[in-house]
Amino acid sequence: MKVAKTGNEAFAEAMRQINPDVVAAYPITPATEIVQLFSQFVADGLVKTEFVAVESEHSAMSACIGASAAGARAMTGTSSQGLALMWEMLYIAGGLRLPIVMAVVNRTLSSPINIHCDHSDTFGARDSGWIQIYSENVQETYDNLIQAVRIAEHPDVKLPVMVTTDGFILSHCLETLDILSDEEVQGFIGESPERPNLIKSLQENKPITIGALDLQDYYFEHKRQSAEGMFNAIKVIPEISKEFAERFGREYSFFEEYKLEDADAAVVVMGSTAGTAKEVVDKLREEGRKVGLLKLRVYRPFPAEMLGKALSGVRSIGVMDRADGMSAVSGPLYPEICGALYDVNGKKPVIQDYIYGLGGRDVPMEDIRFVFEELLRTAETGKKEYTLKYIGVRE
Amino acid sequence: MGEKKATWKELAEGDVLEGGSALKFKTGNWRTNKPVHIPERCIHCFLCWIACPDGAVRVNAETGKFVGFDYNYCKGCGICAYECPKDAIKMVNEQEENEK
Repeated sequence: MKVAKTGNEAFAEAMRQINPDVVAAYPITPATEIVQLFSQFVADGLVKTEFVAVESEHSAMSACIGASAAGARAMTGTSSQGLALMWEMLYIAGGLRLPIVMAVVNRTLSSPINIHCDHSDTFGARDSGWIQIYSENVQETYDNLIQAVRIAEHPDVKLPVMVTTDGFILSHCLETLDILSDEEVQGFIGESPERPNLIKSLQENKPITIGALDLQDYYFEHKRQSAEGMFNAIKVIPEISKEFAERFGREYSFFEEYKLEDADAAVVVMGSTAGTAKEVVDKLREEGRKVGLLKLRVYRPFPAEMLGKALSGVRSIGVMDRADGMSAVSGPLYPEICGALYDVNGKKPVIQDYIYGLGGRDVPMEDIRFVFEELLRTAETGKKEYTLKYIGVRE
Repeated sequence: MGEKKATWKELAEGDVLEGGSALKFKTGNWRTNKPVHIPERCIHCFLCWIACPDGAVRVNAETGKFVGFDYNYCKGCGICAYECPKDAIKMVNEQEENEK
């Protein structure tokens, strides 16, 4: 059914249809609406969810961890500073293999204080043991959240998943999207698979300890288990996407290749800017210039091998980083794309990094065209001109 | 020879263990000072029992009487002595006590 919804409304609608056992949340701009709308669903009796209004995001994630450890399907939503306040609990959710699903609206981190979009909040959480899925538009925001439940709860994965959407650009932007019926969503996600190590405790009234002290002799083994969940997610995510496509007709993968096959120059981009960049690709293609785009959807697990294959034929690559790694080298995505291409045989592409759009700075088509002009030039010469350029900042 | 430790494939997922395993971990040897009960001052109000963070104060619910400290788990934090309204618990340096 075609409807018009903002990114936040799409998140809330998907959560209503998922109908989780527990939602614990604390409001933060620009994600507030997600749980505000959801709490209305609770008040109206449209969901069976136990809604826990907590006093901070740290507590929101803690309550989700408790609920999930007791076997419940737990969800929450946050953004930016809220995600930052969850930090230590994020690692606990990942380390305890709890399939919590979280809707995150990407917003930059202070200081200076700013409520608008960039990816520094979730990029910072990349090593926390959470799967991360980014969305280009409101449709993907909705579809990704529904798939996230299945990915998180898959017996081979059992890891928390965060699905992101770009703050204001998508969270507050009204777009038409195709939503599923409640029955279709329920049919797709099904009942949570049993997690025997947890459920038994409730059924047999047998007390268990979760997250006990784990020193030099066991911590490493538990971390290795979490890592295995992430390795397995490389296999599981396409399976879930395939089933989603078979049922509902919309196909997703780790990334989308857009006019990439014969491209001399391409950008790697995440989130809503992919939409703008596709327009630029189309315009440049009309002018007969061979450009393409790769939109990275799944950032954790990082699909390095597949990325290497997809990008190896391109002569010049521009990595679009909507966060500054503060490494005095590049943004955070750049070294990972370089790493993905390091093991590729043959002539390697020239790769340059472009940090853009920090703090919600508008990303006009001219800026992306500028990047392509730079890349086409290096594609011609085969010579890297620089590692990093800031795009859209006043020099 | 050490115990045979589980590999990451054998270990229960998500750091889930049997409950109550703290009982096996006797933390009493962390103690520097130990609480000593002075029976003639004690009014059996059980405030020490309420305050003890380690459940190391033993009381008899039927007789309503203080029974003693469980030195297997008492870490010697002194909260019981601090909370006691009748100064019926004193903290003594265990090592000095033993060397006497």
